[in-house]
Amino acid sequence: MRVYLDNNATTKLDDEVFRIMTPYLTEFYGNASSLHLFSKETTDAMNGARETVADILGVSPDEIIFTASGSEADNMALRGIAKAYRNRGKHIISSSIEHHAIKNTLEDLRQDGYEITELPVDKNALVDLEALKKAIRDDTILISVMHANNEVGTIEPVEEIAKIAKAHKIIFHVDAVQTMGKIKVAPKETGIDLLSFSGHKFYGPKGIGCLYWRNGVRFAHTLTGGNQEKHRRPGTSDVASMVGLAAALKKAVANEDEEYRRESELRDYFESEILKKIPEIVINAKDVKRLAGTSSVTFKYLEGESILLSLSMKGIAVSSGSACSSDDLQASHVLLAMGIDPKFAHGTIRFSLGKYNTKEEIDYVVTTLTEIIARLRSLSPLWNEYIGAK
Amino acid sequence: MQYSEKVMEHFMNPRNVGVIENPDGYGKVGNPACGDIMEIFLKVDNDVITDAKFRTFGCASAIASSSISTELVKGKSIRDALQLTNKKVVEELGGLPAVKMHCSVLAEEAIKLAIENYLSKKQPQS
Ligand code: FES
Repeated sequence: MRVYLDNNATTKLDDEVFRIMTPYLTEFYGNASSLHLFSKETTDAMNGARETVADILGVSPDEIIFTASGSEADNMALRGIAKAYRNRGKHIISSSIEHHAIKNTLEDLRQDGYEITELPVDKNALVDLEALKKAIRDDTILISVMHANNEVGTIEPVEEIAKIAKAHKIIFHVDAVQTMGKIKVAPKETGIDLLSFSGHKFYGPKGIGCLYWRNGVRFAHTLTGGNQEKHRRPGTSDVASMVGLAAALKKAVANEDEEYRRESELRDYFESEILKKIPEIVINAKDVKRLAGTSSVTFKYLEGESILLSLSMKGIAVSSGSACSSDDLQASHVLLAMGIDPKFAHGTIRFSLGKYNTKEEIDYVVTTLTEIIARLRSLSPLWNEYIGAK
Repeated sequence: MQYSEKVMEHFMNPRNVGVIENPDGYGKVGNPACGDIMEIFLKVDNDVITDAKFRTFGCASAIASSSISTELVKGKSIRDALQLTNKKVVEELGGLPAVKMHCSVLAEEAIKLAIENYLSKKQPQS
């Protein structure tokens, strides 16, 4: 059996979405920026995709910028605001559990003379609002906090953060890469000024992202070139991907509530089963509002990669910490920020469920996982010490 | 990042897992906070390593490195076993990804520590 439980890293492209995209990869290849007859279909399709996305978000189409990824959208947002508002100040507030697209961009801005405050989180990875209030200064120009954490699934209080930001007239950016298409995201109602997300997290194509930039928020270039995306993001428009993103988003949003219920039930079932069968595990952020399909489990006295690879040999795909940092030997910054003991943080696995997962698959995973953990623990000096001391 | 077949083979079927009661040589290296600990147990007869066992908390390459190094020192004289280098471990494993080189270093260190432990015990008490 092959079981894919790495949906927070990327999802399978939905077949229907692929069919909708295909003509724009084959038949309709005209450059959407051209004026001649070959560009009619592509221009229309691009406009349509933009309108669909704008409608779903409850914003205006000219507030939507298509990018090549969620990371690019994050980069544009942070660097753009930093540049556009640098005369007002050089202080930016973010959190300690952000994705590397945010973390590394802010690190880069720090090198350029910006001051960055990283808000702490509690043991459930919830951002500390009191710390946020205290961190605000006269020269704070931007607050950037993710909507839901990719590793443990915690949903952050963006509504409250938005209120605080608004009261201080600070721009608020939200990285919604993990929530778009899974839970309702309404930037206007919430008071979010900039929002980034990407297509491949909700069964759309890879290589396409999106950035909502509220009209009225000053814009500054971070990429220069042609006048695509209203002079905000150059590069020949990837119409097929835009169409794919829009179609996938529409489909995901239509099934949002039902899928949320289904996935959380499946996840709860998974968690209750492994808690019954495997000793000395901790389910992270279990008691807070989190993404329906995300389950972060710490297997004490083990190291995550050995679990990941053993599962992979049995056809099961998961990730240890954040998939993007598997080349990095440090324990995940998110888990450490939550105060998890580093020696246990290493033994954390993220199971992320999606719309294609079934109960039969979960049963297979539970059985396989139980065997693997027992085998690896028999090799682990830490486990043997623990057992010996008991 | 992908592992060689040999690494995966040793990871899935590690040789010489376990402990030796009252070992003649024992070495433990690593740090749980870094995500790795390696323990090596040696049985030595007449300066020849007759048995080697290990226990490892760590990634696949750490487990594979410990497995192959116990294989490499078994049956060797203490002198020969001291020649074991992490380079040799990597070679025998058919290579390791660059970020995982330190796992092989860990294996070399653990083996050498176990041998030193044996040698220090052999030293006539003065
Ligand atoms: S044991 Fe630390 S990376 Fe291999």
